[in-house]
Amino acid sequence: MLSMLDIERIRADFPILGRKVRNGKRLIYFDNAATTQKPKQVIDAIYNYYMNYNANIHRAVHQLSEEATEAYEGSRAKVARFINAKSDEIIFVRNATEAINLVAYAWGRANIRAGDTIVVSEMEHHSNIVPWQILAREKGARLHYIRIDHDTNTSRDDHEKGEGGDSGGDGSLILDDLYHAISHGNVKLLAISHMSNVLGNINPVKEMVEICRDKGIRVLVDGAQSAPHMPVDVKDIDCDFFAFSAHKMLGPTGVGILYTKREILDAMDPFLGGGDMIREVHKYDAVWNDLPWKFEAGTPNIADVIGFGAAVDYLNTIGMENVRLYEDELTRYMLSRLTEVKGLRLYGSMDADRRGAVFSFNLADIHPHDLATILDEDGIAIRSGHHCAQPLMERLGVAATSRASLYIYNTKEEIDRFIDSLERARLIFKVGG
Amino acid sequence: MDMSSADIYREIILDYYRNPRNYGRLEAPDVVVRDTNPLCGDEVEMHIKFEDGRIKDIRFNGKGCAISQASASMLTEMVMGKSLEEVKGLGRQDILEALGLPNLGPARIKCALLSLKVFKLGIYSYLAEKIGEDEASSIKDEATKLF
Repeated sequence: MLSMLDIERIRADFPILGRKVRNGKRLIYFDNAATTQKPKQVIDAIYNYYMNYNANIHRAVHQLSEEATEAYEGSRAKVARFINAKSDEIIFVRNATEAINLVAYAWGRANIRAGDTIVVSEMEHHSNIVPWQILAREKGARLHYIRIDHDTNTSRDDHEKGEGGDSGGDGSLILDDLYHAISHGNVKLLAISHMSNVLGNINPVKEMVEICRDKGIRVLVDGAQSAPHMPVDVKDIDCDFFAFSAHKMLGPTGVGILYTKREILDAMDPFLGGGDMIREVHKYDAVWNDLPWKFEAGTPNIADVIGFGAAVDYLNTIGMENVRLYEDELTRYMLSRLTEVKGLRLYGSMDADRRGAVFSFNLADIHPHDLATILDEDGIAIRSGHHCAQPLMERLGVAATSRASLYIYNTKEEIDRFIDSLERARLIFKVGG
Repeated sequence: MDMSSADIYREIILDYYRNPRNYGRLEAPDVVVRDTNPLCGDEVEMHIKFEDGRIKDIRFNGKGCAISQASASMLTEMVMGKSLEEVKGLGRQDILEALGLPNLGPARIKCALLSLKVFKLGIYSYLAEKIGEDEASSIKDEATKLF
């Protein structure tokens, strides 16, 4: 378990946390579900690459290229170990969105046919909806949604009574919808988020894989919000694809990771053609390179992959169990403080065991953008809007929510300041009660 | 100069936000035009009825932040009964001044100007039918240049 001293040490690794914003306010960064800050170890690793061994990887024999290749492939090995995969099952792309698109194009086009069903859920990020819409339209397949437990009729009343909590449903997935889809259609793929970027709810992906396993249904898990915050073991989950993003876990932007089971990768055709993904090229045909390079055409984002390796090292030093435990403590504290704020409605589970430290809410009739403006003035960075989850917003019956999302460097004291700022917003907007 | 939220959310803006004037729809509008601010998801729809070259009646509806909705409501009051000539010159500064937010920062300025954009697109779509798309295109340009 991490002590406050440990957290202070961690905070000291993040130069940006010392920054003052908006007329001298100390920055409180609560927008971690969008992107996290970077420790100096990560910044240094990128700097060091450019300063000392910048070279293209894989095919040169000179020393710089050897060093760069070793660092780049070293990152792949670290990432593989981080989620209990093998190195040749890890493909580097630009972000989690590209990872999902890679599956949609390379696997989906070859395996989804007219009349097939792709199952997603109402809480998915647009990145786990739109690629399947495109694929379904192209193939004449259909999209089926697992609903969330949410009673839209009660939300308005709760809102007006000023009650927080989950009386209108806690947003958990209605698994019966998955069973129903399987028994009524030819389901080929389940694409499901591990942790909702809006509700914070953690979905029972292992159980869902089990439901799909003997039906020949492939499962893609969108781990963009889970991999940064809890231990992930893809062999234990037993999913076929797992996508996540470096920049949401202390790493740089521009690096996404797609894990795919070896047997599926072997049978998959490349997504992009070009250099590095081939073994031999002749005038009219080519032989693909080995895994995973078959899926990494062109010069990759070498510097940032190396930077991401440093981020994985950093997280491993803390320990992902410790990250989860500390965020669990923050979550419990945040939940208890949020329920004190009159007129606040929280979306998502109230059970800390079943959620991460992502909190979406609305405060009385204050629009999320107005709320974010007021908080920003106090130096507090939150996000407001639809969070790239418009179908979920529609289901919740709201146009937008405010979202505070925490990470390992946040503290209870920051939560207190955040709650004070919410109270200030209530005063400015003259919210009664 | 930065404004504090006490400045931004003055009584008048909260009043227009909570008790919007000219909110709703018209029975037989000449023009219905709607736009959104993709950044925020603010929505404003305007129904406009013209008569003898004047704005005979105008209503707005939508959802969004206090600034976007108050701005839309204020704009409907500003243009009600005015001639097309009078409203053609309406610019961003007119709206910002009406809101009392002349120095609104870049993050929120679109919220304030969405209603003006929608209104100008409404005038364009009316004029495009009357005098032709090419002749009316300068109004459309003005609208799209707002953001």
